[in-house]
Amino acid sequence: MSARRAWAATWYGVVAGVLLVAALCPVLFSTYFTSAVAVIVLWTGLAAASLTFLAGYGGMISLAQTALFGVAGFMVAKLSVEQHWNAWLAALAALGVAVGVGLLFGAIASGSEGIYFLMITLAFAMLTYYYFLQAPTFGAHEGINGVMPPKLLGDPVLHPTRIYYAALICCVLIYAGVRYLGRTAFGLTLQGLRDDPVRMSALGYTVRLHRTLAFASAAFIASVAGVLSAWDNTRISPGSIDITRTIDILTVAVIGGLYRLEGAWVGAFIFVMLDTYARGLSDRFETYIGLVFLAIVIVSPDGVTGLARTIDRRIRELTGGGAKPPQSPATPTEGAAA
Amino acid sequence: MRTLAVPAQLRRFAGPALGLGVLALALAWVGYRAFGAGFGAGGNVPSLLIISLNGLTLAGLYFITAAGFTLIFGLMRVVNMAHGSLYLLGGYVAWSLTANHGVGFWPALVAAAFAGGGVGLIMQQLFLRWNLGQDLRQALITIAVSIILADQMLVHFGGIAETITPPGRLADSVRLHVYGLQYPAFRLFVLGAALAVGCGLWAGIKRTRFGMVVRAGVDDRSMTSALGINVQFVFAIAFFVGSALAALGGVFGGTMLSLAPGEDSNFLLSSLVVVIIGGLGSLGGAALGALLLGLVEQLSSFYLPASYTSDSILLTFALLIVVLAIRPAGFFGRTA
Repeated sequence: MSARRAWAATWYGVVAGVLLVAALCPVLFSTYFTSAVAVIVLWTGLAAASLTFLAGYGGMISLAQTALFGVAGFMVAKLSVEQHWNAWLAALAALGVAVGVGLLFGAIASGSEGIYFLMITLAFAMLTYYYFLQAPTFGAHEGINGVMPPKLLGDPVLHPTRIYYAALICCVLIYAGVRYLGRTAFGLTLQGLRDDPVRMSALGYTVRLHRTLAFASAAFIASVAGVLSAWDNTRISPGSIDITRTIDILTVAVIGGLYRLEGAWVGAFIFVMLDTYARGLSDRFETYIGLVFLAIVIVSPDGVTGLARTIDRRIRELTGGGAKPPQSPATPTEGAAA
Repeated sequence: MRTLAVPAQLRRFAGPALGLGVLALALAWVGYRAFGAGFGAGGNVPSLLIISLNGLTLAGLYFITAAGFTLIFGLMRVVNMAHGSLYLLGGYVAWSLTANHGVGFWPALVAAAFAGGGVGLIMQQLFLRWNLGQDLRQALITIAVSIILADQMLVHFGGIAETITPPGRLADSVRLHVYGLQYPAFRLFVLGAALAVGCGLWAGIKRTRFGMVVRAGVDDRSMTSALGINVQFVFAIAFFVGSALAALGGVFGGTMLSLAPGEDSNFLLSSLVVVIIGGLGSLGGAALGALLLGLVEQLSSFYLPASYTSDSILLTFALLIVVLAIRPAGFFGRTA
């Protein structure tokens, strides 16, 4: 076996190993690890994936994902705790409302690009946060406590196994769904719009409509994460969607690689591990997170997965040519348009 | 496609019509609440005056802060997400000097402006100088800086809300000579300061040689550079001035309102909304945006029916939607 093949085999081995560990996590690790790290990694990753999906396929860096996450979380909490809806029904309604809000956000923001888009979505995120902070119908700054997941998923605190698998299934389905979406006509149009909106609109595509629909799809992903988080924490409060959380989700996406879908979970794993085990080491956790974020944006804008790909490419080159690995779906061309 | 022609026409009028309709409704409602009980001292006109003055002075504060934001963007295309942190830093520096070190208000104000400007300048020289034009990356870098600054300010200045004491006579109230009303002198001073900052920036940009260089740099960076002008030096000055304005806003805001962790994102939001409404990079736009935001915030928190007061933030959102529906790049924004 050539060195190149051996390297490729190692690479696939690592990926398969990670997937296997993810599938067996509740068996392999303690209940504490499953509930304090693994489940959180899954829904944080999902929230970040809604951002990396938009960035990678649509070239839109949105900071409104935590807002949509929050809309879904607050809706499911309100409907199931205060209106006593069936948990599944409440979740469905919450997804619907959040996607509706996502459509509205998308329709407004789709007229702008790049840095303007970032600013407008950041304003949306903060307005949503201040709304939930003030609205007494959603418990104002207390939020809503005592959210229970459906009976099927059991108690998320004492027995996190079921909610873990529910989250895992959501993640796998959404990952596969997005990869599929990327190959459909809609997904290809979206990538065309990312690379050259002017040419696409000259070809007759409605730029704003496609962007709005992409935004609504991302809203769906974020709201699934929001519902899962409300179930997992059994509560939601405005603190879960404040500016710090918004930046946390951005940090997760940047650590993992802003333009790589799977990077979201890699970033979430690193972030949650640090959050769980390193926060106690120093009172200045946020400063260190900021420094890590700064270092990544400066050194490797593609994040950890980008770094891994660079290493992979180097080793492939060293071990003897072969076909060039396919380029990442999104080559960030920021600045080229400015 | 020809069939699209009519909807396009419709859309062009639908936006402004919607905006004007909402505005007319809002004004009618405020008018009814304010003048419905007559113009006497027992009516609601005095409170309308006070609320409007609150809105105007808040707009002044928003303008001072957002002017720095829009200046930096206009020249360098840098969206400085750490602008709110510089606001809070300026406020804290002035507070710490006046409250703990016995420095007077005015020296503390100058020191705070220099501190904010200095930190902004260092950030620009270290992190933003070498990646000119990569606007998203630069925005992410300034976000990272804002995380670090927010945490470090929490360490040094604590988490309790602090207020700066205004100097001498500005701490008193002035009589307005209508309805026997009184109003805090400092808030009126901030309004005056906003006017001064606006006029100063306008004159500086339109009437001086340095302003001419700045305008040339905005229009064509490489050509200006080719003419032998040190564009990097101009950028550094502009970044310093923009950051110093944020810090100045922080001092005024810390005196008028209060300083606490979270105020940084609060004022980043207001700066964002102001420039989104007014158009990025436009000074007049920042003034108009600040005026709209300040008035809408204050009027809505007072004139919304009592059970909806907590929803007043939605009106800010509605303002944003209406403006973006009419002018996607803001009132005076130029599309790239």
